[in-house]
Amino acid sequence: MRIAILGFGSVGRGIARAILAKNLDITVTGLADSRSGIIDPAGIDLQTALDQKENGGPCGSPEVSPADVVAKADYDVLVEVTPTNVDDGEPALGHIRGALGRQKHVVTSNKGPIALAYPELRALAAANGVFLKYEATVCGAIPLIHAMQEGLAGNTISRLYGVFNGTCNYILTRMAEDSLTYEQALAEARELGYAEADPTYDVEGIDAGVKLVILANTILDMQTTLDDVERTGITLLTPEALQLAEDQDCTIRLIGEIVPEAGVLRVSPRIVAKAHPLVVEGTLNAVTVETDLAGDLTFIGKGAGSTETASAVIGDLLYIRDRHVQGS
Amino acid sequence: MKLEMKDRPGQLVAALQPISAVGGNIVAVIHQRETPAVTETLDVQIVLKLPEGRLSRLLELLREQGVNVVRIDEERLLYECTLIMIGHLMHTDLSDTVDRIDTTGSAEVTELSLVMPAIASPSSARITIRSTTRTEMKKAIRILRGVAEQKSLLIIEPLEGA
Ligand SMILES: NC(=O)c1ccc[n+]([C@@H]2O[C@H](COP(=O)([O-])OP(=O)(O)OC[C@H]3O[C@@H](n4cnc5c(N)ncnc54)[C@H](OP(=O)(O)O)[C@@H]3O)[C@@H](O)[C@H]2O)c1
Repeated sequence: MRIAILGFGSVGRGIARAILAKNLDITVTGLADSRSGIIDPAGIDLQTALDQKENGGPCGSPEVSPADVVAKADYDVLVEVTPTNVDDGEPALGHIRGALGRQKHVVTSNKGPIALAYPELRALAAANGVFLKYEATVCGAIPLIHAMQEGLAGNTISRLYGVFNGTCNYILTRMAEDSLTYEQALAEARELGYAEADPTYDVEGIDAGVKLVILANTILDMQTTLDDVERTGITLLTPEALQLAEDQDCTIRLIGEIVPEAGVLRVSPRIVAKAHPLVVEGTLNAVTVETDLAGDLTFIGKGAGSTETASAVIGDLLYIRDRHVQGS
Repeated sequence: MKLEMKDRPGQLVAALQPISAVGGNIVAVIHQRETPAVTETLDVQIVLKLPEGRLSRLLELLREQGVNVVRIDEERLLYECTLIMIGHLMHTDLSDTVDRIDTTGSAEVTELSLVMPAIASPSSARITIRSTTRTEMKKAIRILRGVAEQKSLLIIEPLEGA
């Protein structure tokens, strides 16, 4: 199977390393970062590209643009792993449209296009007879979308709720453990690389909200946007509030919740019993799905990370290969 | 259930032992502050949870202890919900916040723990509401959300409903 990778950051490089380390039968024929690109039908030397990137250089040649890779490289699947943009989905949206229009499958970890334009993209994929897969957009390594679409296919989901943002979970875990203030815990998360310089997207619950929109629109037959999510972040939480919860064997977690029948999408800090399976430590994610046939299921795993997110992307790639790509 | 009694020295202590003896659980002890302080007695309300069918035995034990029960209010506050509030709770009139729920008549604040770290910084409180029905609980939480919005307080609700 031949793939082109757009974006050579944490996730893109995680995919490259996994391809190098394991015999996955995947050849990379196109690659681009923000400033450069490579097209090589015989297969790109990934180790060289990784080394160049590690040394601060571009992964390829400045003459080849990301758009060139989308339009001209010879690939079966486009892997779109550029930064998320929740306002207009670009540049990923353009990349994905371009690939689907060329009858190429698409696998992405990019939340923007899926949250903003799933119906259009799905229709475009169907019209071109190709797959659009996005497992990595929600909860990193946890195969939540696959489980809901395939394993739980016959079930009606009455409620879905969980910890969708590892950064917030880390901050709350630390506030509870050592009575840190929000600011102290955030500073620590930044130092460890768990929080961005501008943490707004995580701590205001936007990231979790976008993930809810993706699940609602792509699996639960809802039509929602980020504006439909009732959203409260964690910035006002106090160590005293966590202690008051602790006194009752509870703690506080940022919980994303969907109640399809009531049309509720909500991200807010909630009091949760410490014995509840959703109370996971550090940057872990955890999601409980309430269903009619299967009962309640809780999924726990790493919600981010280079290798972990690559795992979800590779799962989607192999899914497509096993079903649709001939002659790879 | 609520028991009301005169708070003469020793009465409260005398009431506690029989309650635990019959398997009851004290939810709250409320001193009725409105009672004029000049009288040497003070009204005390004990809100408690009692297993079915233990009331008469409890009253018997209380009588033996010489506790003077003034009134029994056998309201069945079956639903309980604990929330946490963060913000300038005192400056935004905490007792008014509590009153807005209590005045519904069918839900009431039975416990409140307040932590005030420093003068200007926001305080945190854990508030327990009990109600007779699930619908009343939902209504009480809706009221609290409204108050919170008005007073710029953050309300943290439990993951599981009432
Ligand atoms: N990291 C995670 O754990 C994780 C988990 C789940 C989902 N995701 C999602 O996966 C995507 C990638 O995340 P990441 O952590 O790998 O991000 P990242 O480390 O910031 O890397 C982004 C990559 O995209 C490149 N890029 C930026 N604009 C581009 C453009 N117009 N055309 C082509 N490439 C462009 C960047 O180029 P330069 O190298 O030249 O800057 C960089 O190589 C994001 O959408 C993110 O939300 C990430």
